[in-house]
Amino acid sequence: MSDESKKAPYIVPIGPNHPALKEPVMFTFEMEGEMVRDVDFAPGQTHRGIEWMGMRRNPVQIVHLTDRICGICGVSHTLAFARAVEQVTGIEVPERADYIRAIIAEFERIQSHLLWAGVAAHELGFDSLLHLTWRVREQSMDVIENLTGNRVNYGIVQVGGVRRDIVPEQHRIIEECLSTYEGLLGKLLNLFLDDKTITMRCRDCGVLSRKEALDLCTVGPTARASGVNVDLRQDYPYAAYGDLEVKAILPDQHLGETHGDVYDRIVVRLLEVGQSCQIIRQCLSEMPAGPFTAEEKLAKLLAICKKATGEAIGRVEAPRGECFHYVRMDGKEAPSTWKVKASSYSNLMSWIPMLRGEQIADIPIIVASIDPCLSCTDRVAVVRDGSSRILTKENLHRLSVEKTRRLQS
Amino acid sequence: MKLNASFNRSLWVYHFNSGSCNGCEIEIVAAITPRYDPERFGIKLVGSPRHADVMLVTGPVVHKMKDRLLRVYAQMADPKLVMCIGTCGISGGVFYDSYNLEGPVDEVIPVDVYIPGCPPRPEAIIHGVVKALQKLERIQGGEQ
Repeated sequence: MSDESKKAPYIVPIGPNHPALKEPVMFTFEMEGEMVRDVDFAPGQTHRGIEWMGMRRNPVQIVHLTDRICGICGVSHTLAFARAVEQVTGIEVPERADYIRAIIAEFERIQSHLLWAGVAAHELGFDSLLHLTWRVREQSMDVIENLTGNRVNYGIVQVGGVRRDIVPEQHRIIEECLSTYEGLLGKLLNLFLDDKTITMRCRDCGVLSRKEALDLCTVGPTARASGVNVDLRQDYPYAAYGDLEVKAILPDQHLGETHGDVYDRIVVRLLEVGQSCQIIRQCLSEMPAGPFTAEEKLAKLLAICKKATGEAIGRVEAPRGECFHYVRMDGKEAPSTWKVKASSYSNLMSWIPMLRGEQIADIPIIVASIDPCLSCTDRVAVVRDGSSRILTKENLHRLSVEKTRRLQS
Repeated sequence: MKLNASFNRSLWVYHFNSGSCNGCEIEIVAAITPRYDPERFGIKLVGSPRHADVMLVTGPVVHKMKDRLLRVYAQMADPKLVMCIGTCGISGGVFYDSYNLEGPVDEVIPVDVYIPGCPPRPEAIIHGVVKALQKLERIQGGEQ
């Protein structure tokens, strides 16, 4: 019985399919009793090769592919891609389109944060709160459907502008939705932040220090909850954000202190819902008249894209943080290089310091607390000479051995 | 195969993500929340395939998930149904030419109900569940 090899740590694998996980990812926990001693994870379970497909399609088609990188932050990916292509081709986006883009992006943030709040409540076992947040979320989905025609995968952003205008009749619906949310925000803050159980479960749980947040290059609400003052809308404004007053929301504005724990991440996301409401209201009142796209005819747009050469980067503050698209075009129909870095890609590594030393029961809420989006992230593939493959562990090992031999010779 | 009486009223569904973009996932969750509330008909999302009558498969089947999909399908107790949710599970959708796809869902496991849409609306998903219920009733009636 006293065999040393039978003692802790023992290994608990979770995933790739597990009731606690909403998306496929493989975790390996090294446990000591109830405590997580170390953790490793393997994303890449839902790799679909989107970049590879994109390099065989033209920018107008890719716009609809980027919508489907992620079903929750679709407009952020499309916007980042469109902005990169617009810079390469030199297309000037009309001002009205910039405002419409900002409005849709903020509605996306509202629905995404409410969705997250519900998932977080569910992970804590507070299902009545899940149902409450998802019920109020439906109103933003209705407005998004009214504005874009779709509930998810909006398909509103096109290279050079947007595909639909916002007409004055729609202002009333938007306004109604905003005032509902502003009225609800106090209630939601009260339900989440003053609840004894949520405080006990989330305070000082899954802590990510400011230094770790900076070292691991975390982005978005995950970084802001650790006290890092980053927000692309404030630091590198795009679309209409340059004209608007956007300040990064940090937890100490609300509570006077920063812990960098799960509780702070709830604070940041809920306050951002209120901020988004203000931004949309400001956009609506300041939206200039004019065209909503630089080039309405798709054939002409394609001809412009086909002639373009150069490279550019599109950066957008998605609900989960910075979303980054690199596009290189070489005067062909399809871009010659397209690289996507989704926000969750930057945030995933922060799981490791967060989970170390925590209890097994806290795993679901800590994993959910960074709002991971794995379908965004899973794109590890190597493309060379037109043929492509995914690197397996064996492949990587072989490459590593080859490099050592090269260096030795 | 006969279904017992208690089966008539409650249909438990299990959700399997085979490489989806999350669009269908959030619409499935939206479908079980209060606006639509199918739980009043006994339709409930469960965490284990062993408890489930219906499996909802979303997404095209990517290479890594093929084996898992087959194993999860094998774990479900008979009689079982599979619902394929979303265009990419039906035909590949926008991902049709990807190198990492093991084909549409019905090339991997048998599918009973197809729900097109990218993603389908919650109403469409609930409509699909009703179709699945009708199919189970036919199985109960002795038809295969």
